[in-house]
Amino acid sequence: MTQAQRLDAAHDPCIVRIRGLRYGIGGRTLFDDLDLEVARGEVTAFMGPSGTGKTTLLRLITGQVRPDAGEVLVDGQDVAGLGRAGLYALRRRMGMLFQNGALLTDLDVHENVAFPLREHTRLPDSLIRSIVLTKLHAVGLRGAAGLMPYELSGGMARRVALARAIVMDPEILIYDEPFVGLDPISLGVVLRLIRELNDALGITSIVVSHDVREITAVADSAYLLSGGRVLASGKPSGLADSDSAEVQQFMRGLPDGPVPFHYPAPDYAEQLFGHLSP
Amino acid sequence: MKPLIRELADRALESTLAIGRYALFTGRLLAETPRALLRFRLVVGQVHNAGALSLVIIMLSGLFVGMVLGLQGFDLLERFGSEDSLGTAAALGLVKELGPVVTALLFAGRAGTALASELGLMRATDQLSAMEMMAVDPVRRVVMPRFLGGIIAMPLLAAIFSMIGIFGAQLVGVQMMGVDPGQFWSQMRGAVEHDDIMEGVIKSCVFGVACSAIAVYEGFHAMPTAEGVGRATTRTVVISSVVVLLLDYMLTAVML
Ligand SMILES: Nc1ncnc2c1ncn2[C@@H]1O[C@H](COP(=O)(O)OP(=O)(O)OP(=O)(O)O)[C@@H](O)[C@H]1O
Ligand SMILES: [Mg+2]
Repeated sequence: MTQAQRLDAAHDPCIVRIRGLRYGIGGRTLFDDLDLEVARGEVTAFMGPSGTGKTTLLRLITGQVRPDAGEVLVDGQDVAGLGRAGLYALRRRMGMLFQNGALLTDLDVHENVAFPLREHTRLPDSLIRSIVLTKLHAVGLRGAAGLMPYELSGGMARRVALARAIVMDPEILIYDEPFVGLDPISLGVVLRLIRELNDALGITSIVVSHDVREITAVADSAYLLSGGRVLASGKPSGLADSDSAEVQQFMRGLPDGPVPFHYPAPDYAEQLFGHLSP
Repeated sequence: MKPLIRELADRALESTLAIGRYALFTGRLLAETPRALLRFRLVVGQVHNAGALSLVIIMLSGLFVGMVLGLQGFDLLERFGSEDSLGTAAALGLVKELGPVVTALLFAGRAGTALASELGLMRATDQLSAMEMMAVDPVRRVVMPRFLGGIIAMPLLAAIFSMIGIFGAQLVGVQMMGVDPGQFWSQMRGAVEHDDIMEGVIKSCVFGVACSAIAVYEGFHAMPTAEGVGRATTRTVVISSVVVLLLDYMLTAVML
């Protein structure tokens, strides 16, 4: 990328642009001709029923998998076209919270959070220690620095993972289901943390979740995905007032409606009793 | 049902592809070796892991193998009236053959399976993806130290195995069967040459590369499920054992 292009990209109000994305896995097309954009400096939410491909979409944005067609631009760079070095350079500017935490099981909490620093910087131990303790303090787990991952509860593990995701002060923070398995207090802390990190450090946040209430509280804008396309997008509060039946169904949590609750399947009666008919 | 020929052709193609994938992966590991040696602390940790895991089982097995060798060797040599050569026979058998081979088989069963299941679990729990996301190459950070640790540990373990084995043979031959201790040691010293020892060292280094590469390959490419991890560990033992015995024949034929 030339200097001019880089400057252009920095002025682009959208840090992630997805155009005409098609992606399938296991013989099923997850996305077909998907378009979406993530505004720089905002908290953008991806919502949608389980199994729509929200995690997969994050994997596409971070270049862990490549699209079948279409393009995924992050800060002006086509992720699929990047080689390993380019991809790694891009990822050093991103932090990602995995759905299950994905802590390294052979390192304790402190070393897990320190891991990116040790790999990418030559900071002295004492400085690494202070940075790690600051980040752990932010998620309320400074006291757990000496524990091993198997000694943590699920919610604690995700908070440690969050501390690890922000330890390199990334420009883009990606959260995959950050609210699952948190008690009300931690939930409040994490919500506030997402907002504060975003505003204070001027980073861009992408939050994947199906918790409508939390998203409404924290996100600047939201995309509702279902069946491989964008059902609705805009301010989360606006989504709730949408008059589309599909959007209403999701926002209010109704089982029956245009959005299928079931994974694609053959006819129920046919599958149960089909063998009985002559 | 597929016709037999078709089935055979598919199998042959599949195994050829598998060998190719193994070769590419091992090539990549060897290419990464110089850089990985720079982070020697990580490697040392893995030498300790692989070595310490297998040490007790290696020592015990070495002792028993040596004692059996003492019994069988004595019985055989006594028929020719040359039981004084027991030391030589046991030492050559252990240093050139049993030491490297049995160590490699035990290593595959103990350290190799541990490596494969550890890597497989890391894959299944997204730890490897998390590293990728932190712009850390899991091959460099996780696979390489384990690969090199195995390679370094193997000859050391084989040497320990042979040493304890010779002690076991001595225990049976000299202490129980009454072979003259002076003869036992001096004949051994006279007959075992530098080349014999080198043969053992070369073998165990080659086995070290093979067993470690197989374990990390299987673990790294395991299906991210409990079953996939289980299958990776089983494959590690099976493939390592066959490959070690095959390589042993080829190396012996070349070096004899
Ligand atoms: N490795 C795979 N092989 C085959 N299909 C897969 C694979 N990974 C994911 N899928 C399919 O892709 C779909 C989307 O998965 P994904 O994990 O992206 O969903 P999600 O929207 O994140 O769901 P959740 O909210 O439950 O986390 C699922 O229906 C799943 O069946
Ligand atoms: Mg998901």
